[in-house]
Amino acid sequence: MLGFLIQRFLQAIVVLVVIAGLVFAGVFAIGNPIDVLISPDATQQIRLDTIARYGLDQPLWQQYLAFLGRLAQGDFGRSFVFNMPVLDLILSRLPATLELTLAAVIGATVLGVPLGMFAGYRPDSRVARLLMGLSILGFSVPTFWIGLVLILVFAVTLGWLPAGGRGETLSVFGVEWSFLTWDGLQHLLLPAINLSLFKLAMMMRLARAGTREIILTDTVKFARASGQSEWTILRHHVLPLISIPIVTVFGLEFGSTLAFAVVTETIFSWPGLGKLIIESIQSLDRPVMVAYLMLVAFLFIAINFLIDIAYAALDPRIRARR
Amino acid sequence: MSAPLLRVRDLATHFFTRAGVLKAVDGVSFDLSAGEILGLVGESGSGKSVTGYSLLGLIDPPGRIVAGSIRLHDQELIGLPPAALRDLRGRRLAMVFQDPMTTLNPVLTIAAQMQLALGAHERVSARAGRARAADVLTRVGIPDAARRLDAYPHQFSGGMRQRVAIAVALLNRPDVIVADEPTTALDVSIQAQILAEMKALVRDLGTALIWISHDLAVVSALASRILVMYAGRIVEQGPTATVLRAPRHPYTGGLLDSLPSRAAPGQTLQQIPGLPPTLAALPAGCAFHPRCARADVACQVAPETTLAGTRGWRCHHPLAEPAP
Repeated sequence: MLGFLIQRFLQAIVVLVVIAGLVFAGVFAIGNPIDVLISPDATQQIRLDTIARYGLDQPLWQQYLAFLGRLAQGDFGRSFVFNMPVLDLILSRLPATLELTLAAVIGATVLGVPLGMFAGYRPDSRVARLLMGLSILGFSVPTFWIGLVLILVFAVTLGWLPAGGRGETLSVFGVEWSFLTWDGLQHLLLPAINLSLFKLAMMMRLARAGTREIILTDTVKFARASGQSEWTILRHHVLPLISIPIVTVFGLEFGSTLAFAVVTETIFSWPGLGKLIIESIQSLDRPVMVAYLMLVAFLFIAINFLIDIAYAALDPRIRARR
Repeated sequence: MSAPLLRVRDLATHFFTRAGVLKAVDGVSFDLSAGEILGLVGESGSGKSVTGYSLLGLIDPPGRIVAGSIRLHDQELIGLPPAALRDLRGRRLAMVFQDPMTTLNPVLTIAAQMQLALGAHERVSARAGRARAADVLTRVGIPDAARRLDAYPHQFSGGMRQRVAIAVALLNRPDVIVADEPTTALDVSIQAQILAEMKALVRDLGTALIWISHDLAVVSALASRILVMYAGRIVEQGPTATVLRAPRHPYTGGLLDSLPSRAAPGQTLQQIPGLPPTLAALPAGCAFHPRCARADVACQVAPETTLAGTRGWRCHHPLAEPAP
C-alpha cells in the first residue's frame, strides 16, 4: 500500500508538471501579454519596464522555469481585474461551487442509485419503464434549457423559489455557506436540481445495468437459497457489488462539475468558479486562468486518487493486488 | 419404512419461452427419507438441476412450476406464499451450487456472509453468529476456522470455497440439502475428499441429501438410492447397487457402458449414439427411442413407470434382469 501511495504521488507530480507546461504554452507563450497589460499609448520606457518586470525579455525556457518556481511556492500572481492574489480570489469562490456541486452529485446518487436498482430489479414494471424513459430525457435535454424552464416555472410563474444568487450565507471558519440557512437552501435548490438531472439519469442507468447483471448471478441465487430476503440481497449483496462503477462516475462527475458548472452558474447567477473563469476569459485575466486550470488538474488528480482508495475499500480483491 | 421426509409427486416445471413451452421437468415423483442420500443422475438438459431448484422454489421466470406436489413433512410447498417459502429456504431446505467461484459474494467476508444467512432466520448477535459460523466451518474441514472467518472468498482455494458454501448450507441445520454438482468444478482429488466428508457430515447431522450429478461414478460412491433422469422424466430408479449391477432402462445401460472404468484399456469407449434431445423438440412417445437399439413401434407411445419392489423403470422393452 505504501509503495502504491508513493507511486501515485510521483505520478501526480509528473502530471502537474506536464499540465503546467501546457498551461504555460496556452496562456503565456501564445500572443503577446504586453498588449493586454498596458495601454497602446504607453511610452516606450513603461513598455520596457513592464517587459522586464514580468520577465518577458528572458528566453522562453527561463520564463517557464520561473513560472514553475512561482507555482511550486503557491504564488499564482495577482488578478489584473480584481487586483488581489489569485489564490485568495479562487478560494473565496470555491465554497459556492463546492456546495452546489456536492448537493447536485450527492442528490443524484442518493436518489438515482435506489431508483436504478429498482428498475434493474423489476425491469419489466411500469415504473421501471417510466424511469428509463425519463432518464433519456435527462441525458438529452440541454442543461441551459432546463435551467431556464426551472426559473420560468418555479421562480417566475409559481414564485416558490428565488431565480438566482446565493441568498443568505452563514460563515463557518471564515467561509460563507448557503446551505446552512433556510434562505440559502432555497437559493441552492434550483441550480442543484438543474445540475443533477443529467447525473441522476446516469446514476440510474448505471445502477440498473449493474443490478440486472448481478441479480442473475449464482451469488444472488445462493443468497436466496439460504433464505435471505430480497431486501437483504439488494442491500447487502447487490449494492456492494455494483458500487465500483458508481463510485467511479461519482468521482468523475464531481470533478467535472466542480470545474465546469459554468452554464448553470451563469443562468442562476451563482457566484462560483464557473462564473469566475468565464469572466476572466472575457477580460483576459491571465493569472486567474492559469491558477484555475492548475486547480482543475489538481482536483482531478486528487479525486482519482480518492477513487482508487475507495476501490480498495470496496473490493478486497483490489486490495490484495497492492 | 417410516413416512418420507420429502414427498414429490408429478412435479412439472415448464419454461414459457418464445421458442415454445420447454418441459424441463415433466412429471417427476420420488420420496426422500430423513438422512437418506439420493443420487439424481442425468445428462445436461435432463431436468435434474431444475428439479433441485423447484424443490426450493427458486425457479426464475419464464420458468414456473405448473403442476405437482412437494410435501416436506406434512407441509405442501407448492403454492406457499413467497415469504413462507423464503423462511423454509436455508432453515429446512438448503442448496449447494456447482461453481464455488461464483456462489460466494467476493466483496464480503466469510463471517459477514454467514451472518446474513443466519440472520435470515433468527436474530443472532455478531458474537454468537461468529461462534456458530466457526463451529460449522470446522465441521466441514476448514482448519483454523475462527481466524479464517475474516478472510474473503478469493483467499480460499476452490475446494475450500465449496466447503464454505457447504457450511453456509448447513448453518441452520436444514432437513434436506440439495447439492447441484458441487464437486464437478473441483480437482478429482479434492472431489474425493469432499465426497467422503459430505457423507460423514450428513450421517452425523441426520440431514438428507439430494446429490445431483451427471457423473454416475460420483453418485455410486455416495448415494444409497439413485434416480436417472432423461428429458425431464425419471426413467429409472432403485437402490444404487442394484441399478448399477442390473440396469433395466436401455438409457441407464448406455450410461453405464460408457463409463471409462468399464472399458478394457486400449479399447474405444462405448457411447450412446445420437445426442440428447432439445426440450423444444422432444420426440413423440418415449423421448429416448431415437437413440435406442431396442425401440420399435410401441415406443411411439410414452411408457408408464413399471414398479417392481424398490425398483422402477419407464420402458416398453426393459433390459432383461440377469439371473441371480
